[in-house]
Amino acid sequence: MRMFRIIGKSIKDAFKSVFRNFSLSMASISCTAVTLILVAIALLITYNVRSITQDIEDVLTIVVFVDTKATAGDVENLKNDINFLSNVDGKKTIYNTQEEIVDSLKKDESMKEILEILNDAPIQSTFVISVKDVKKLTDTAKEIEKMDFVNYVKYGENLVNKIVSMFDVVKNACIVAVVALILVTAFLISNTIKITIFSRRQEINIMRLVGTSNIVIKMPFLIEGFVLGVIGSLVPVLLTIYGYTFLFDFVGGKLFTDLIVLVKPNEIIYLTSLVIVIVGGIVGMFGSTRAVRKYLKV
Amino acid sequence: MEFIEFKNIFKVYKNGVSALADVNLTIARGEFVFIIGQSGSGKSTLTKLLYREEKPTKGTVNVGGINVGKLKNGNVYKLRRKIGVVFQDFKLLPKLNVYENIAYPLESYGMKSSEIRVKVLKALERVGLKDKIRSYPNQLSGGEQQRVCIARAIVNEPKLIICDEPTGDLDPKMSKEIMKVIENINKELGSTIIMATHDKEIVNRMKKRVICLHNGVVVSDKKKGSYTQNENV
Repeated sequence: MRMFRIIGKSIKDAFKSVFRNFSLSMASISCTAVTLILVAIALLITYNVRSITQDIEDVLTIVVFVDTKATAGDVENLKNDINFLSNVDGKKTIYNTQEEIVDSLKKDESMKEILEILNDAPIQSTFVISVKDVKKLTDTAKEIEKMDFVNYVKYGENLVNKIVSMFDVVKNACIVAVVALILVTAFLISNTIKITIFSRRQEINIMRLVGTSNIVIKMPFLIEGFVLGVIGSLVPVLLTIYGYTFLFDFVGGKLFTDLIVLVKPNEIIYLTSLVIVIVGGIVGMFGSTRAVRKYLKV
Repeated sequence: MEFIEFKNIFKVYKNGVSALADVNLTIARGEFVFIIGQSGSGKSTLTKLLYREEKPTKGTVNVGGINVGKLKNGNVYKLRRKIGVVFQDFKLLPKLNVYENIAYPLESYGMKSSEIRVKVLKALERVGLKDKIRSYPNQLSGGEQQRVCIARAIVNEPKLIICDEPTGDLDPKMSKEIMKVIENINKELGSTIIMATHDKEIVNRMKKRVICLHNGVVVSDKKKGSYTQNENV
């Protein structure tokens, strides 16, 4: 009970302090809000880049053209060898016979004529292979190319590598930005608490002299940091929810091309908002812990 | 073992100033002791050692069986809860009213509000300030502020009350009133009172034990002493 009363008093004191030092609190809340908006933007970009990369990875396949001399047994062996490779997602491996390919191509009128002229000659049976890690696509393709009864393999090597590495750079840059911005937020809140502690040093000294324990002195400051962080996250949360939904509707869910599909608002805005509130609160608390430890030597 | 013991106390501050040199004293439970001496004689340092605002450079300070110098920083608050301190500059929280200022220590100990109310009203009655319960420090006279400070010091009925120049900022009439309050507390609660003061009149009138310090050394310790006996220091 005693502990609950102390916590209750600390919460009350923390809120009192936020309002008593209103201009200082507002400065801290505004700075926190600005940095958390940037954190939210960086998070939304990261989610989208991850999703776009995933989409691209899902459509990236290696097409293996099988030698026409290969018997059914050879094809089966080749399939086993391919699926045995660690980077190959065996469940998704599809084998298309020459006849199946011709049939599907003939459904297209323009192709029908060409195929009749060529008498199906250039069409070969194929394996369509999905990989687990797109970064190792080239290596896997090269391994398959060396196998028996493989005429050649096709995959969008240069384009794939460029797109994947570009998105990797964007994703990593966003992660670095998020970490840096979180540190900036912690620093800002830490500074506010430092100023609060400095302006209340006489009060803190009196608290010490009348026998207030260290934890009771420190607790309101920690809660104050948490409160500043959470209040500072409110505007970024609203912007995430309404801003992203507006942007999504404005661009019709796609960016520049049909290939780049944005993540639907419902799938990310609430999660991002939750992350922002948690980051705001924890970073606020961390910032004030730092200030309290350094400036409240009790 | 006596209630308070100073054994071979030396205190040298970081800047090299020696505040106390080989102080040996014992103070019994319920005693009323004046500590007198010129500015810089070590009076405040001696009282600060009791509530661990300062640590001795050498020697031991025992308060109620606790070796104060050896107390860990995290446990100092436990000692301070058993001691009431009255300051020359009152040290009241300006944004809290009289009731809140007196209740503050008890609230921070996590005491029930009903219990706090009883204790605060009792303390206010002792210092005669019940009618100012909702006033803020800046609405009170110096003497009234000092009474609030005393009420805060005695609200938890401590066994030891330390007064550091409590009448230093007050006129003679107010000083007299404050001393009457402190003397009553000594009698009613049986608390030990240690008072550092410059006030000759008070010391001479009250006829209590007087310890005189000069350059950090105890130069006299009289059972029913007076300031005049020590006027040469």
